[in-house]
Amino acid sequence: MPRTHRPENPRVLWHLVSFALVFGCWEIAGRWPISVAFPPFSQTVLALLRMLADGSLPKAYLSTLQPLVIGVILCGIAGIGFGIGMGLSRAVEWFTLPVFIILQAAPMAAIIPLITYIYGIGLTAKVLAVVFLAAPVVVMNSYKGIRNTNPSLIQMCRAFLGTRSQEVVKIILPHAGALIFAGLRLGLAMGFIGVVIAELLITPTGIGDLITYHSSVADYPEMFAAVASIILIASLTIHGLERLERRLFPPELRGSS
Amino acid sequence: MSADAIVEVAGVGKTYEGRVQALVDVSLGFPSGKLSTLLGPSGCGKTTLLKIIGGLIPATTGEVWVKGRKVEGPGPERAFVFQDFALLPWATVLRNVAFGLELRGVPTAEREEIARQQIVEVGLAGFESTYPHQLSGGMRQRVGLARALAVDADIILMDEPFSSVDEQTRRKFQEELLDLLRRKQKTVIFVTHSIEEAAYLSDRIVLLSPRPGTVSKIIQPNIARGQRSADEIRRDKNYLDAVDEIWQILRRYVA
Repeated sequence: MPRTHRPENPRVLWHLVSFALVFGCWEIAGRWPISVAFPPFSQTVLALLRMLADGSLPKAYLSTLQPLVIGVILCGIAGIGFGIGMGLSRAVEWFTLPVFIILQAAPMAAIIPLITYIYGIGLTAKVLAVVFLAAPVVVMNSYKGIRNTNPSLIQMCRAFLGTRSQEVVKIILPHAGALIFAGLRLGLAMGFIGVVIAELLITPTGIGDLITYHSSVADYPEMFAAVASIILIASLTIHGLERLERRLFPPELRGSS
Repeated sequence: MSADAIVEVAGVGKTYEGRVQALVDVSLGFPSGKLSTLLGPSGCGKTTLLKIIGGLIPATTGEVWVKGRKVEGPGPERAFVFQDFALLPWATVLRNVAFGLELRGVPTAEREEIARQQIVEVGLAGFESTYPHQLSGGMRQRVGLARALAVDADIILMDEPFSSVDEQTRRKFQEELLDLLRRKQKTVIFVTHSIEEAAYLSDRIVLLSPRPGTVSKIIQPNIARGQRSADEIRRDKNYLDAVDEIWQILRRYVA
């Protein structure tokens, strides 16, 4: 018998089973009911479809994605820049590292009122919330990627008459590429957190507005639909990036030779 | 010191971080076109000495002269083969072998042409587009050797190249190395801790004492290699005498 069996299929099946199980429990718990504020899965899905149909959900995402995309792009450029700079130069490291360690440790919700105080309640403040949350992980990953370069490869480069700039371009950056990309992915995940916190704490706009509004008027299925949608979008994006990362930087081509 | 020494080490000492004395007052010459081994107990500074000759680390005292010029850093007349292979994991065999030429700015077509020849020389034909992780330890070191041969240096510095390679592969590799070097007329400085390897390969064995390392004795096995097989060489009286002589000296250093 020819082997047509593919290992992918049972895995997809198990994924579906696990989804069915979780959503089934949600449905049962909602119908029980556990609480009047906990709608069953089916009602949440219907609410989601309603919000898609009347355009309120797409409109909300359009405004939520703005600070997120701007913030993550800023982190991508400046964050990776700082990280690489810190990895390559002791002076930049001495100057910059403490800032990012503090940022990484600071509880963001406590800093947001400060941001509002200085930058008001507009787009700038929300972009900053995203940047403050996403930048540390982007910077630290780039920095560590650079610092963890196999010293033996650097010595090899020097032995074969490589210049310092060849060393950076041909050894250090390719070596750090995977970690830098992983940093961007984690940065985006933090960015999602940052943008929702900003929309809940600064001024209700976008998806944050949908969540607060529907919860205040007790439209629980709509509120749950909004929450579920942001979780769904965030996880799908991050998962997609993770797969891209594995394709761009296969683990076996990263390890030590 | 012999007149035809291509590498001369004069009074070289190395002290790490002002504390650990790795080498002290090493003076010797390496004859052109010969294979010399640096042999000694672990921690005797043999790799340190090789890296000083390679210009990868500076000597604390003394000087190294290569082809009449003082060593200030790595140079085009010296190529290095690393103990841990030091291959780019993200690059194919072809690019790895051509990497030394790539760093020198040799155009792609030209350097790949040279690299392909060297890949054939070290017996890796057909593996041009594989990646290091797909190769065994022995094959990876062949890539390392091909990379060193590709830059066409007169002197090849080999730092325990077979230490992460299994015994069978090592023997095969040693035979091929001898054959290859005989044809290429390279000067080789070879670091090893294996007595048999040193005696089998070398024209000249430099025995180093334990830390701080210094030249303890120089042995010239004088094995008539000619067209003889590896097994014949391993039964040669001079080979066996050399092994014994080395062991008589080294055993004093083993605690």
